[in-house]
Amino acid sequence: MLRYTLGRLLSGIITVWFIATATFLAMHAVPGDPLMNEKATTAEIRENLARKYGLDRPLAEQYVIYLSNMIQGDFGISFTQQNRRVNDIIKDHFPVSAALGILAITFAALGGILWGAITALYRNQLPDIIIMFLVILGISVPSFVFAALGQLLLVNLNQWFGTSILPVAGWGTFSHMLMPSLVLGLGTMALLTRLMRSSMLEVVNEDFIKTAKAKGLSPQRIFFKHQLRNAILPVVTVLGPQIAAITTGGFVVELVFAIPGLGRYFVQAVQQLDYTVIMGTTVFYGAFLVLMVILVDIIYGFIDPRVRLK
Amino acid sequence: MNTTRILTEADFAPAPSKENLEQITRPSLSYWEDAWIRLKKNTRALISLYLIIGLAFFTLVGPWIWTKDPAAQDLDQISQAPALPKTALLVKDFEPSPTPIDINHPSEPSGYPDALDAVTNFTVQGTPTTQSVRLSWAPVNEAGGYSVYRSESAPDGMLGLGLPLASLTSGNIVGFEDRLNLKSQTYYYSIIPTDGFDEFDAVTTLEVSPQQSITVSQALERQLIDGDDRPGQTVQLAFHPLGTDYLGRDMLARLMQGARVSLFIGVVAPLIYVLFGVFYGGFAGYLGGTIDQILMRFADFVVALPFLLFMILFKIAFGIGPGESGVLPMLIALILLLWPATARLVRGQVLRIREQGYIEAARLLGGGPSYLIARHIIPNTMGVILVTLTFAVPSAIFTEAFLSFIGMGVAPPTPSWGSMCNEGVKTMLSHPHELFFPALFISITVLAFNLLGDGLTEALDSKMRSKE
Repeated sequence: MLRYTLGRLLSGIITVWFIATATFLAMHAVPGDPLMNEKATTAEIRENLARKYGLDRPLAEQYVIYLSNMIQGDFGISFTQQNRRVNDIIKDHFPVSAALGILAITFAALGGILWGAITALYRNQLPDIIIMFLVILGISVPSFVFAALGQLLLVNLNQWFGTSILPVAGWGTFSHMLMPSLVLGLGTMALLTRLMRSSMLEVVNEDFIKTAKAKGLSPQRIFFKHQLRNAILPVVTVLGPQIAAITTGGFVVELVFAIPGLGRYFVQAVQQLDYTVIMGTTVFYGAFLVLMVILVDIIYGFIDPRVRLK
Repeated sequence: MNTTRILTEADFAPAPSKENLEQITRPSLSYWEDAWIRLKKNTRALISLYLIIGLAFFTLVGPWIWTKDPAAQDLDQISQAPALPKTALLVKDFEPSPTPIDINHPSEPSGYPDALDAVTNFTVQGTPTTQSVRLSWAPVNEAGGYSVYRSESAPDGMLGLGLPLASLTSGNIVGFEDRLNLKSQTYYYSIIPTDGFDEFDAVTTLEVSPQQSITVSQALERQLIDGDDRPGQTVQLAFHPLGTDYLGRDMLARLMQGARVSLFIGVVAPLIYVLFGVFYGGFAGYLGGTIDQILMRFADFVVALPFLLFMILFKIAFGIGPGESGVLPMLIALILLLWPATARLVRGQVLRIREQGYIEAARLLGGGPSYLIARHIIPNTMGVILVTLTFAVPSAIFTEAFLSFIGMGVAPPTPSWGSMCNEGVKTMLSHPHELFFPALFISITVLAFNLLGDGLTEALDSKMRSKE
């Protein structure tokens, strides 16, 4: 297990290096001069930045400076906001996105497992048909439409009750998080429901279920202890990539619900061509996603011994 | 009795074979014929296929049938909901007219009145049109002026009077002409007498429904009439079956034009990157060994790039010049980022197929590598590739819509379904149709491709077939 974990970590570090390099090259291909952004830069900032990043030096040297800064955990200083380090921006805004993402993935995983189990239990009956119809809807409707509809729903709910049941936008309390994270998790929930359903139906034909039946176990025990637990395994495997989808999918939800998360900051940075913020955020997100995938893999290794033996 | 039989050519012809008569079998079907038959049984997949053909027709042929310019603005019908063709009353161009004054009435009150009567005789002069609503009233005794309000909903006494239109500071003014951004809907005009400064608690409300109208010069400018039409006639306004957007552009024409962008990206990008992935994965899988390891390692790295962030990065890296739509950068970014998934899949397939018995058999019979690839490996991966392609289309359409929605996609004025949603979401509460239609088209397209993909998976899956 230790060897497996170390191997995954090593390949993760190489992956992060690749992401950092790709980000560096992509940002260098952006047309225009980073220091000619007259709107937001004063001469003082320009001079400091040129010295700090050696922008007049050859590309290879810049790359080395960039990497060594990044290894020391220094993402640099924002180009558009005076005296604000990229590290501070990430520190201030990433927890918001993370909280939103964690709640969303919780909604998605719990909902997906629950609905998937129900559809498999009532296969080809009314609950199955209704839930699978909603799942198809969840997969086909873009997330921004859900975000807009979710907000509309809140407006109408609040009007109906005459008081503010749930805030329509903004950030701060737990009630602010509910609707955005539900909207954010909806697509993933639909996907997981589908996966859970097919995996449940596959497990039902396995020999160990027949054995359990032959032993005379109660249907409830077979369902919860044997069928459900085995069917959850494939759902856990896709959680890693789905966390990635949810954190980046957060852009739209953060924009629509006016949530001060890192995604919104990234979009803003791109619009203002804030080089250091764009690079820092991308590498940070990339490293975070790689870490998440590794984490899920390791957890999966614990749950299913077959994986780590391979 | 000896008879001589003359043998002819026919006697030496082979007797008709009776073998076929005893055969009870269906004609043999190729893989694709079989898949097609199974797909046809799947109603959902078939309907999806027709929907996709319909969408292709909508965007390719549509603009020839519905020839309205998607960029042309109809300023008479801005944010118009879907409706039947509208007519408008032709009215004279604006001519300034003097403020109507009752010369027999004093312009200022004699003292400081404690209370004033409500305005009487509050009526509309002539036909109220969206060009102008002429209000008139009888002067109130001792009034020093009047306040005129306009509301879109009925006011409750002194509450909810709406937009203050005018504060008239003379007691003998007996009329007001409203020309402020009128639409063909019901308005509630309220008038309150004042002493010149303060309003009194006496309101009169009038309900007015202006008629859609257009001035002669506007109509001429928009080529709705030829020179000899006279004011008072009705003119046919431009028809917008799905309404117009916030700039008065025809939604139907824009949806057709936007479909071109969305479907172009949605179909062409997957076609290219799936093709590239097939070559890359097939190459790696066929060669195997160290080259395979290196190639697939690189593919793993590309998979690990955070997709949407890099879509945005690449898009700004390629840059959009003035006047460009930004479709090409998006296409290239999609191809650069999404090929590894197909490459991995095809490699896995090739590795699996390479070990199959029939490949071994073909090789023993003397089949060379090119024969094996062309005759056995490629046809056997086609099913998986086709399914991948079908599922790749909706994800590409989603990506385009997502990026255009956050303003990182197609540059205006080029319409795409995503950018139309982006514009529509801003007026979601007042004009929901501007968001509804593009969102509906995205959803239908994605749904159709997803269901078709499901149907294809089932039709092409040999595991499913053996179960029947």
